[in-house]
Amino acid sequence: MLLIRCPWCGERPEIEFRHAGEAHLARPAAATDAEWAAYLYERANPRGWARERWRHAHGCGRFFNARRHTLTDCIAATYAPGEEPPP
Amino acid sequence: MTRFSWAALARGALRGHRAWTPQWRSPDRPQPDYDAVIVGGGGHGLATAYYLAKEYRLGRIAVLEKGWIGGGNTGRNTTIIRSNYLFPESAALYDHAVQLWEGLSAELNYNVMFSPRGVLMLAHSHHDVQSGLRHVHANRLAGVDNEWLTPAEAKAFCPPLDIATPRWPVFGAALQRRGGVARHDAVAWGYARAASALGVDIIEGCEVTGITRDAAGVTGLETSKGPVRARRIGVVAAGSTSLVMAMAGLRMPLESFPLQALVSEPVKPVFPCVVMSNTVHAYISQSDKGELVIGAGTDQYPSYSQAGGVQILGHTLEAICELFPIFRRMRMLRAWGGIVDVTPDRSPIIGLTPVPGLFVNCGWGTGGFKATPGSGHVFAATIARGEPHPIAAPFSLDRFTTGQLIDEAAAAAVAH
Amino acid sequence: MRLPEGGRIDRSQPLRFTFDGRAYRGFAGDTLASALLANGITLFGRSFKYHRPRGLLAAGAEEPNALVELDRGPGRREPNIPATLVPLEEGLVARSQNRWPSLRADLASVAGLAAPLLPAGFYYKTFIGPGREAWHRRWEPLIRRMAGLGRAPAAPDPDHYANRFAHCEVLVVGAGPAGIAAALAAAEAGGRVILCEAGTEPGGQLLATPEAMVEGQPASDWLAARVAAIRAHPRIRLLTRTTTFHYGLQNYLCLAEALDRPDGLRERLWQVRTARVVLATGAYERPIPFAGNDRPGVMLAEAARAYAGRWAVLPGRRAVLLAAHDSGYAAAFALADRGVGLAAILDLRATPPPDLAAQAPARGIRLLAGHGVAGTRGGTRLTGVLAAPLRADGVPDATRAEAIPCDLLLMAGGWTPDIQLFSQSRGRARWDAALDAFLPGESVQDLACAGACNGSLDLAEALAEGAAAGRGEAWAPPPRRSTALPARAIAAGALGARKAFVDFQNDVTTADIALAVREGFRSIEHVKRYTTTGMATDQGKAGGLMGLAVAAAAQGVDLPELGLTTFRPPTMPVNFGTLAGRHRGPLFEPLRTAPLHGWAGARGAEFEPVGPWLRARAFPRTGESAEAAVARECRAVREAAGLLDASTLGKIEVVGPDAAEFLERCYVNALHRLQPGRCRYALLLREDGFLYDDGVIARLAPDRFHVTTTTGGAARVLHLLEDYRQTEWPDLQVWLTSTTEHWAVLAVQGPASRAVLAPLVEGIDLAALPHMGVAEGRVAGIPARLFRLSFTGELGYEVNVTAGQAEALRAALFEAGAPHGLTPYGTEAMHVLRAEKGYVIVGQDSDGTVTPDDLGLGWCIGRAKRDFIGKRGLERAGMQGPGRRQLVGLAPDGDWLPEEGAQLLPAAEARAAEGHVTSAYRSAWLGRPIALGLLAGGRGRMGERVFATRRDGTPAPLRIVPPVFHDPEGKRLHG
Repeated sequence: MLLIRCPWCGERPEIEFRHAGEAHLARPAAATDAEWAAYLYERANPRGWARERWRHAHGCGRFFNARRHTLTDCIAATYAPGEEPPP
Repeated sequence: MTRFSWAALARGALRGHRAWTPQWRSPDRPQPDYDAVIVGGGGHGLATAYYLAKEYRLGRIAVLEKGWIGGGNTGRNTTIIRSNYLFPESAALYDHAVQLWEGLSAELNYNVMFSPRGVLMLAHSHHDVQSGLRHVHANRLAGVDNEWLTPAEAKAFCPPLDIATPRWPVFGAALQRRGGVARHDAVAWGYARAASALGVDIIEGCEVTGITRDAAGVTGLETSKGPVRARRIGVVAAGSTSLVMAMAGLRMPLESFPLQALVSEPVKPVFPCVVMSNTVHAYISQSDKGELVIGAGTDQYPSYSQAGGVQILGHTLEAICELFPIFRRMRMLRAWGGIVDVTPDRSPIIGLTPVPGLFVNCGWGTGGFKATPGSGHVFAATIARGEPHPIAAPFSLDRFTTGQLIDEAAAAAVAH
Repeated sequence: MRLPEGGRIDRSQPLRFTFDGRAYRGFAGDTLASALLANGITLFGRSFKYHRPRGLLAAGAEEPNALVELDRGPGRREPNIPATLVPLEEGLVARSQNRWPSLRADLASVAGLAAPLLPAGFYYKTFIGPGREAWHRRWEPLIRRMAGLGRAPAAPDPDHYANRFAHCEVLVVGAGPAGIAAALAAAEAGGRVILCEAGTEPGGQLLATPEAMVEGQPASDWLAARVAAIRAHPRIRLLTRTTTFHYGLQNYLCLAEALDRPDGLRERLWQVRTARVVLATGAYERPIPFAGNDRPGVMLAEAARAYAGRWAVLPGRRAVLLAAHDSGYAAAFALADRGVGLAAILDLRATPPPDLAAQAPARGIRLLAGHGVAGTRGGTRLTGVLAAPLRADGVPDATRAEAIPCDLLLMAGGWTPDIQLFSQSRGRARWDAALDAFLPGESVQDLACAGACNGSLDLAEALAEGAAAGRGEAWAPPPRRSTALPARAIAAGALGARKAFVDFQNDVTTADIALAVREGFRSIEHVKRYTTTGMATDQGKAGGLMGLAVAAAAQGVDLPELGLTTFRPPTMPVNFGTLAGRHRGPLFEPLRTAPLHGWAGARGAEFEPVGPWLRARAFPRTGESAEAAVARECRAVREAAGLLDASTLGKIEVVGPDAAEFLERCYVNALHRLQPGRCRYALLLREDGFLYDDGVIARLAPDRFHVTTTTGGAARVLHLLEDYRQTEWPDLQVWLTSTTEHWAVLAVQGPASRAVLAPLVEGIDLAALPHMGVAEGRVAGIPARLFRLSFTGELGYEVNVTAGQAEALRAALFEAGAPHGLTPYGTEAMHVLRAEKGYVIVGQDSDGTVTPDDLGLGWCIGRAKRDFIGKRGLERAGMQGPGRRQLVGLAPDGDWLPEEGAQLLPAAEARAAEGHVTSAYRSAWLGRPIALGLLAGGRGRMGERVFATRRDGTPAPLRIVPPVFHDPEGKRLHG
C-alpha cells in the first residue's frame, strides 16, 4: 500500500486516493476523429517515470498530479493541477 | 518429436528416464532472417506461431521471448475458460477458443488438462439477474451454452456456496457447463513443443529493443541477441505491448495494470466448479493439486512491478469468505502478480496496425488465458493473409476512432 | 524419549491431547511435534505424490512432512498445520492426513510402486485420451482424489479476527539473538520499537542451545535478562506468535498475530508503517539429498539438537551424523552429551577441519571423512544407513558401503539465510561464494539485515550486527571463510541417486530435476513449475536452495548463473480470515438505508439491494403476495396517491456565479435559460458520447442548483463533475457539495397528491406550481424544497426535507393522506409505473453503449451548444446511423411476459439478434404485459412484429409500439 503525499493534506495511505489516469492530456477544442480517439484512448503507458492524476477522494477531494515510477512505484513528487511538473 | 503416451512413459522408465530429449528446441540466437517473427513467447504468441506453421506453412518462423516462455500472464492467471460473453463478436471469439480447448490435448499430444467443470456466475441483485439473463438469452441464441440456475440449484451445483449471506444473498446464477479450467504452464509448453516440431525457432532470453521499418512497412527487429529481418511481425507481448509498439512509433489505447492471484494450501477435493461474482469481486476454483485458486482485482494504478497491494488480496479474501464461509480457516499459501494491458472497452485488439507488416494482439485485460488457442488461431490467419480473420475483424485497432466499441464492461459490468 | 530433566517445558503443567484418536501426554511448552516425539511417535504423515511414510525433518517453520489436521470443535478444523508450529494445549485433537485407512497402512502408498512410471510431469505426457473428455471424466477425478493434503474445513468458522494499525520507528522481525540485540539498541536510541517473533517466546536459536555461552553467561541466563529488559522497556512492544508475512513499499509490513483467545478472537492482523526495519529472520539448515533421505528418522541436525535442548526429547537412541558443514558436529556432540549414542560421523568432505576431526576420536566416535550415504534401511522407521566412501565424482560408492545400524540420521548440509522478506522488500539478493548462499544485497528501502539471515552465523557476530542495525549504524562483517562443502558439489554427487528427495512434501527427487533439465526446462522457474519443487506448503524453505543446486549441477553451470526463483508472499501461510478481518456478514460492505427504512421494515416491506442501498421493494400486507402488493400499490398511485421513499437519489448542490455555465458545459441540456423555480430533466454523457447518468437539474436561484443523480451513480457523477471543475475549468467560480444524505425525498404521486399535500404546505402556491417547478417553503411545518416532478406519469411532488425530519414528514403525510387513500409503494411499483409511462432507467434500459438518441432522448440535447461533455464523441461515425438500437415499446401478442434480457429477432427462426428486452412487467393498470426494448432502427418499425427469445427455445411474437403506454398526451402529468 503506497503512501501518497497529497499537496494539501500531506502523506496519507493509498486507500484514501483514487487514481485518475494520465496527466497533462489537453482536451482538444476541435479535433478530427483520429485526434479525438487519441485524446480519449491513447496513452503513453510508460515503464519508468509517468505523470499521472490522482484525487484525494476520501480526504480533501482535490485532484493533483504525481510523478511516479511505474516499475518501482516510487512517487518522486506530487503537484497541483496546472503546475509545471518538477524535473 | 517423441509422441507422449503411457507406452512412451513405460519405455522411458525402462531406461531410467534418461533418454528423454528437450521438449522444444531452444536456439541460443535467432537466425538473421525470418518470414514471420512473433514477439512474445506466452501462450498466445506460441499458439500463433504453431498455427502459422501448421495451417499456413509460412516458412521460417521465430518466437522471441524476453524471459522464459509462458513466464508472463500465461503462467500467472487463474486459468478460467469460458465463452459466455454478451456481444456476438466476443462470444464468437471466445467460443472459437473453447472449441479448440476441447481438442487441444489431442491436437498437441500434450495434456493441457482442460477440465470443463462448469463456470457459475453469481447474481446478487435484480440488476445482476437482468444482466445475467441477458447473457443467457444472447449466448443461447449464438449457440453458446449458458443456463440460468435458481439459488437452490446454484447451491446444489456448488455445495460450499452460501446463498443466504446477509449482505449479498444469491439471486441466481448463470452456468456455462462447457467452461472450466486448464493447466496454464502446459499450454505454453505444449504449443512450444508442437511449434518447435514444425520448425519454429523459439528463442528465450531475447529482448526486442527496436523495430526497423522502411517506406513499405516493417523490415525487422533489433534484439538483445542481434538484428533480425522480417517483413511480418506479430506483437503478442501482453503487459508490455505499449513499450514494444512505441518502438514502431505507435501510441496504443492501453494501460498496464498489476493483477494479482493467490492459492490456498492444497486440500482434498472440496470445490467442484468455477465460481465468479462480479458484484463482490471474487472468482475461485480448485486446481488438480488441490489448491483453491483465487483471482483478485487489478490495482487501481498502472504499474509494471508484478507486485500489487496486499489490500487487494484482502478485499478478495473478504469476498471469498463471505460466499464460502467454510474457507475462512483456509490459508493463503502464495500470491503473485502479473501485468495485464487493458483497453478502454475491455475487449482485445487483434489485427493490423498503421504500419504495414506489423500486427498486434493485445489488450486481453484480466481474461486472456481463456482465449489462448482461439486468439493464436485467428491471429495466425490475420498475419498470414494480411487481413483480419472474420472473427478478429471487429477487434480492430481502428474501432477506437470510429466508436464501434465492443464494450463488455459497460454493457454488463463484467470485470473479467 | 523424554529426558528426566532440562528443556523449556513446564513439567508441573501436564497436558492431554490425542493424535489419530490415541491419547498422549505432554507438557506446557511442548509443540505437538516435540510431545509426539516424546511419546515415541516418529511416523507423522504421508507425502503428497507417493504417499511415502514421513517423520519429522525439522523443528520449525520449514517442516515439510509433519502436517496435521487440528480439530478444536465444529467449524474449528484446519488442515496442513506443521506439528512443529503447534503449541501444545490441553485437549488438543490432531490427526494425520493424506492416508487411508490409517497412517501406518496407507493403501495409496502403492503409488510408490508405480513411481518409475510417474516421474516429474508424467501427467503432461499421459491421460490425453481416449476421446475429448477422457481427462475430465476419467483421469482427473482419480488424480484429484490422490492429490490434495488435508481436508478443508466443513463448517463455517465461528471465530473472529481483529485488525490493528501501528506506527513505529523500528520494526524488528525475529527475536533471536540478533533481533533481541537490535530491539534493545533501537529502543535505547529513543525510538518506538516493535519486536515480533513467530515462535511462542523470544530467543531463537538460544532456546535450543542452553549449553551455549553468550557474552560470558549461560544462554538461558543471558536470554532471561534480555527478555526481562525487553518486557520492561516502555518503548518496546514484543509480539510473540506473530508472523511477518508481507513487506510492501515504504516500509509497510503486515503481521499476523496468533491469539486463540477463549472469547473467539483467533488472530490479529497488524499493518505496520515504520521508519526502519531490521530483519533478523535467521537461517534454515539444508537437508542433504541421498538415496532414501526421506525415511522417518532422517532429520536436520540442528532440529534434533533443538528437540533435545529445548524440549528435552531425544529423537533417537543411536545416531549417525552426515555433515557437509561444521555446524553438524556441535549439534551431534550436544546430542551425545544428552545421551544419544553417536555411531559415526560421515563427513562429505575429504578433509574435515582438523579441530573437529580431532574431537570425534576423543569422544570415541568413528569419523569417516569423504563418506556419504548410499542408502537407508527400515520401513516406517530408520534402522540403519549404508555409509559409503565417495568416488572422485562425489557419488557414494555403493559397492563399498558399510551398513551402520542407527535410528537417527542427522543431516548438516549448511545454512540458507531466510531472505524472503528482504526479497519482498524489492531488495536484490546477491550470491556469496564464501558462504555458499544468497544473501541480502542492495536494499531499496530503509532496512537492515542482521544475524544468520545476513550470513552472520557466529553468535558474537550476530549480536554485534543486531545492535548496530538497531542503532541504524553500518556494520561490516569480519572476513568470512567457510569450510563447508558447497551445495552445488553435494548436488552433483546426488544427481544419479534413487529417491534422493529435494522437496520432501511434493516428492521431488534429484532425478526429477535432472529429467526436467534433460527435457529442456532450463530456466529455474521452468524447473520449479515442471517438477513442483519449492511449491509445497513450506514453499521450499528447507529444500529450495538444494533444488537450485541440483538444477545447476544437472545443467553443468554454477549455481548463481541460474538465479533465484521469486519469493512470493506470504512468507508463511496466512488464514483467509485474518486478511478478511471484521469485513464479514453485515460489515462485509457498508449497507446504506434510507431515512424511512425502519418504518418500512415495521410496515412489512420487502427489501432489495440497489447499488450500495437497501430499498423497500414492496409493502405486502399480511397474506398478500408480492405481485398482488405491487399491483395494489400501482393502482393506488394511478387512482389516488402513493408515497415512495426516494431518498437514495444522489443529490449535488451546485453553487456559485458560474454554476449555470458549469452545468451547461457538463450536461447535454441547454440550461442557461432555465429560470429559477424551474427544473429540467438532464443527461450526462461520458466524453465518448455514451450516456452516463440522468437526473433533474433544479434552479433555485441564479447561482444555485439542486442536481439529482441516479441512486447508483451519485459518487461517480460527483467525481466526474469535480474532475472537470478542478482540472478542466478551474477558472469557473462554482462549488459542488454532495447532499445525498442531507435530503430525505418523499415522493407523493397520484391524482390526489395535491389534495394530500395542500393542507400541509406553507409559503408555496401549490396550485400555481407547474410541472417541473420547484419552490422552497414549509411542509407540515418543516422547511422543505418542494418539487413538482413525476416519475409515474401522474400528478406528483417530491418533498425534500432534512433527513432527520423524514419521519415527522412521513407521519404528517400519512395523517393528511389517509382520507385520500395515500398508500406506501416500493421500488417495484415505481418500476412498473415508470415503464407504463415509457420513462427509462439508466442502467436498465440503457447500458454503457447507448446514446441519448438511442433512447429517444435526443430532444434533451441543446442543439445550439458549442460544447458539452461527450459532444465530440457523439459526432463519431459509429455513434450515429439508422442501424443503432433504439428504445421501443413492445406489446406481447397474448398474455405472456417476455424475460428481461430476451433477445429480439426479426423472425422466430432467426439467429442474429436485433436488440433485447430491457424492461418487462405485468401491468395490472393496463391489464396486459408490457415491455421496453432496444431494437435496431426500432422507431421506424412501429407496428411490425419481432420475436423475443425464450428459455424454452421457442421465440414468441411482440408488436413494436411507442414506448409510452399510459397517457401519451401527458394530461395527467399536467393536471
